[in-house]
Amino acid sequence: MARLDELCKLPGHQGIVWNVGWNQEGNILVSCGEDKTIRLWGRNVNSNDWVCRSILSDGHQRTIRSVSFSPCNKLIASASFDGTCCIWDKSTSTEGNQYECTATLEGHENEVKCVAWSASGSFLATCSRDKSVWIWEVGEDGEFECAAVLSAHTQDVKKVVWHPHQDIVASASYDNTVKMFCEEDDDWICFATLKSHESTVWSLAFDSTGKLLATCSDDRTIKIWKEYLPGNEFGVATSDNMPTWKCVCTLSGVHPRAIYDISWCHQTGLLATASGDDAIRIFRIDPESDPNAPILEQLTIVPRAHEQDVNSVVWNPCIPGLLASCSDDMHVKLWQFKG
Amino acid sequence: MTSKGIENVNPQLFTKKTKREITSEEEDESVEDPIDEREIFDLLRDINDPEHPMSLEELNVVQITNIEVDDKKSSVKVFYTPTIPHCSMATLIGLSIKVCLLRSLPPRFKVEVNISPGSHASEEAVNKQLADKERVSAALENSNLLEVVNQCLVKSLE
Repeated sequence: MARLDELCKLPGHQGIVWNVGWNQEGNILVSCGEDKTIRLWGRNVNSNDWVCRSILSDGHQRTIRSVSFSPCNKLIASASFDGTCCIWDKSTSTEGNQYECTATLEGHENEVKCVAWSASGSFLATCSRDKSVWIWEVGEDGEFECAAVLSAHTQDVKKVVWHPHQDIVASASYDNTVKMFCEEDDDWICFATLKSHESTVWSLAFDSTGKLLATCSDDRTIKIWKEYLPGNEFGVATSDNMPTWKCVCTLSGVHPRAIYDISWCHQTGLLATASGDDAIRIFRIDPESDPNAPILEQLTIVPRAHEQDVNSVVWNPCIPGLLASCSDDMHVKLWQFKG
Repeated sequence: MTSKGIENVNPQLFTKKTKREITSEEEDESVEDPIDEREIFDLLRDINDPEHPMSLEELNVVQITNIEVDDKKSSVKVFYTPTIPHCSMATLIGLSIKVCLLRSLPPRFKVEVNISPGSHASEEAVNKQLADKERVSAALENSNLLEVVNQCLVKSLE
């Protein structure tokens, strides 16, 4: 039987912990929350326990909603309800695990909900309650220049994620849709709108190939979307020589409350969900199922993973089956999946 | 808010419920005492209306029959009824109810606050906003809004 075993429970944050993320090597975990701090967690060399290595504060005036390591591991970006995004740089500090806030990205009219780096490291995307997605170009001199302000959504934008290989960004919104953007002739355009969810889309995750996307929603369903390229053999229509993203699977009746986050492991193919019913669930696509109508099977569930809503889950990029989560209950937890 | 004048000038008033009678079983500390509809009602009845010097009970905005509690499942659902279908205060009233319950109940409880079906023109939009915990969190970091909510809760959280 598949199991998800709790490895440790990390206290320290005061109030809601909103988001967790790994660095590229998978040896540092970062978390952020209502207490306006960012915490870095790592293994203690002697005891092998996970401990808080440093606390970054004084960057934001309000809740920090989202935090993300750059692909080069040198920078951390944080997004806050104070309307700004901070860039934290390790290299400017003389001490090992200290980061200095070296830039503040301003422009959004109100709460910034998410920040994400492109795989190439060339771009940063932010999204906000002001309904817009901003693309920032990362200069070699550490400067950030706004490359696009995308106003395709009609409501609050909750999450942005980049494609694993290409400079394509997907955004999830309170308007129930997901949109995808790419650069065309020096302009960023919306090339796809994914409609099927019946309420807020809280989060989304690409698989390792970037040809499948998983989304989760306030409507208590998970959906899997598949990319169909122009001229595909399945007869799925495309327009303007752009791929079509089609919903090929909906999983309902499993989550009794809103699903706040979904993470797709690029090593194992496992999916994890964070839900408002305090549970963490692990799924995979049944390998026997039709790729054009995949079936999601639940491998295991931890019903009381946290004492309150689970806000975020993220698979470690290097250690298979290692999962981090965080909750309204002020805790960060680490888990090991055993198949 | 008040500069625009009061929308519903003469709201209908309703008689208040009598005080809850405490049974001997409830006084017995060894008996497990699950949270029930009446207890939730007692938490909410004295919330002030943002416009009128009256409580939500007196305006019939909250009624005991519109409260659903399942202590075992840690679930509380409150349906409230705005005094008029275009009440611009509907979201604020719902937010006050939500904040009151979040502050009073043990954190294990999942609190859902909705408009009674069919009683408001923007029912769906208001319900969606109240259910969005991220927007509720952000709203409560707004000191002006928090001040207004606290004013509504002055009596109920005494």
